[in-house]
Amino acid sequence: MATIASPSATTARRHRSEGGTLRRTRIRLSSPWATLAAIVLAVLWTIPSFGLLVSSFRPPDAITTSGWWTAFANPQFTLANYVNTLKFTDTLTVWQSFVNSLTITIPATLFPITLALMAAYAFAWIDFRGKDLLFICVFAMQVVPLQMALVPLLRLYSNGLNLFGVQVFPGLNLNSLSSSFAEVWISHTIFALPLAVFILHNSVSAIPRDVIEAAKVDGAGHGHTFLRLVLPLAMPAIASFAIFQFLWVWNDLLVATIFAPGSNAPITKLLTDLSGTYGQQWYLLSAGTFLAIIVPLVVFFALQRFFVRGLLAGATKG
Amino acid sequence: MAASLVRKSLLPVVAVAATAFALTGCTSPSGASSGSGNVKGSTVTIYGADTGTEATELEASWATWAKQEGITIKYTGDKNFTANIATKIQGNALPDIAMFPQPGLLSSAVATGKVAQVDSATESSVKKNFSTDWIGYVTVNGKMYGTPLDASVKGFVWYSPSQFSQWGVQVPKTYADLLSLTQTIEQKTGKPPWCAGFNSGDASGWPGADQLAEMVLADAGASTYDGWVKGTVKFTDPKIDDAFTQLGKILKDPKYVNAGFGAVPSINSTAFGDVAIPLANGTCAMTNQATFLEASFSTTKTASGAVPKVGPNGDIWAFPLPGPSAGQSAVTGGGDFAAAFNSNAATQKVMEYLSSADWANSLITVKNASFISANKGVDSSKETDPLLKSAIETLQNSSTTFRFGADDAMPNVVETAFWTGMVDWVNGTSQADVEKQIQASWPSK
Repeated sequence: MATIASPSATTARRHRSEGGTLRRTRIRLSSPWATLAAIVLAVLWTIPSFGLLVSSFRPPDAITTSGWWTAFANPQFTLANYVNTLKFTDTLTVWQSFVNSLTITIPATLFPITLALMAAYAFAWIDFRGKDLLFICVFAMQVVPLQMALVPLLRLYSNGLNLFGVQVFPGLNLNSLSSSFAEVWISHTIFALPLAVFILHNSVSAIPRDVIEAAKVDGAGHGHTFLRLVLPLAMPAIASFAIFQFLWVWNDLLVATIFAPGSNAPITKLLTDLSGTYGQQWYLLSAGTFLAIIVPLVVFFALQRFFVRGLLAGATKG
Repeated sequence: MAASLVRKSLLPVVAVAATAFALTGCTSPSGASSGSGNVKGSTVTIYGADTGTEATELEASWATWAKQEGITIKYTGDKNFTANIATKIQGNALPDIAMFPQPGLLSSAVATGKVAQVDSATESSVKKNFSTDWIGYVTVNGKMYGTPLDASVKGFVWYSPSQFSQWGVQVPKTYADLLSLTQTIEQKTGKPPWCAGFNSGDASGWPGADQLAEMVLADAGASTYDGWVKGTVKFTDPKIDDAFTQLGKILKDPKYVNAGFGAVPSINSTAFGDVAIPLANGTCAMTNQATFLEASFSTTKTASGAVPKVGPNGDIWAFPLPGPSAGQSAVTGGGDFAAAFNSNAATQKVMEYLSSADWANSLITVKNASFISANKGVDSSKETDPLLKSAIETLQNSSTTFRFGADDAMPNVVETAFWTGMVDWVNGTSQADVEKQIQASWPSK
């Protein structure tokens, strides 16, 4: 198809019209030296992961006594670490914690995006008193480390909230349950909202005013505008934030160990347990890590095309 | 084009619907929680620090009893127990029972007022089964708040009996003998005889703290040791300084360490359990570690490729670290303690069981388990593992002076400083500086 050639043709045309600076930068960035530097950096950056991958295929006594680079001089490879990791159980099997991880991660990604998109729309396109102050407050929340919120949140969930003798919130009373995801979902949502609102607000507020006003003239209410206009137009930002949030929740250990009961622990918990109480089986960790990153990799590659676009959409408009 | 827009705009709608569905799902009322009285059908949650194999073994130890009683015991292991239990106590999100790996941690939990006193049945069972040392660890201001569970004995020197007989050397009786034995082996093999590993993630340095504590107890005696743990004897005290010097005669001598790993600083980069590997394949002649090192040998191989056999005539065996004169019996060790956060009938019943000789016997007989207990009702003849059997006998012997590992019994900040100090000491910070640095961490009163 002819369209394949067209993007480069378009960019070339645009560069010509935008004058020399951009072209010079472009030439400088694509010089052989710059390419070489980029390749060297990429290789250096990948070495630790590559070492981990090599390690995961080495027999236990080789892992514990020599570095992974010696594997090339004296090749000994085995799948035993992967097999042993898959067979590992303490209180949960690998499969159970995998399901737990998905059950935690998917809602904990969808909830904040849904809430934050609505908030972002309100901040961008609905005029109300104190909007700027409120937005600054939401933005400032990013500074608060989540560790500080653990104890107050736990208290809220277990004791409820009383204001001036009036019970405002009865608490969730989930302590006696051996299985519940509610607290983890709500906590992850709370922790994600400030950044989510900020990123999505930048993207939603970048929609041209003409478009929103045209919809208003045509008789669209806020609901209609939100669903038909804002949602599809903010898709790149939504997708890029979804990747962020998914990876963060998937890799989270702290929030899950504090808020989820033992039987709902995610795969990161299994990974830390894998090495045993005394760390005697730490050679299983590299194999475990590679099993655990399969899902994030799939998510990343599936949404990757949105990633750069979404990041830029969030970054250039302040 | 139009079709793709519709498809794109549908996705978030589905997401919103799923969110709403999930939210209603999670707030729906839960199953009935059990009342007090009849314990059949109730669930007791236990939160502890043991994970992996050890967690499976713990679950196996109470499985039969729980089935008979109709109680479901849900165990959750957490490697970050020490930090997370504090958060859970403050946030009031409590398990029914927690297994504390240190007496200091238990007493600070009791100070929050959330720990329930044990009932009379458990109290009499603990008094019947444990020595006064151990009862002291679960008693705060004259009230009993928990029960000791398992124990470990520290200060074993692991070695290979076959190598020893090949070199024609004997198990040493005094610390001076141990030093001359070290020299002999070094001369015979031309390689460092000792291996050591202090690496343990966040807790790196604890094996060094343990070894120093053993040295203090053997060298300076129990009363100095107790004062040291309480903070009245300082780290800069000549007696503690001397223990550092004694320990340094082995661990800081480049001729004597670190077999199979490298120079002296490699002690810090070696995971503490990994010393089992060179010991099993014969590269390392001796290492100092607690009874639980045995758990690490199951995954190692001897020079001929077999799994090493632990026993007095096997591939691997251990002798207690000798003191300044022969025949002393002062050991340091560790242990776990269970405490309950409520007085439900089922919780109390589980607590009573955990304090009983029945549970202790069930624990030590779990297949391949490396658990032992200081419970006096333990029948050591049931223990099939020779090393653990001798450790149990040491614990039960009334002439043994038993002290909890000093770092675990000190306040948490000091413990951490102690660990870091041992790492610095190996890295080459001067002994006097390390002592000052640890001493400075004591909270001012």
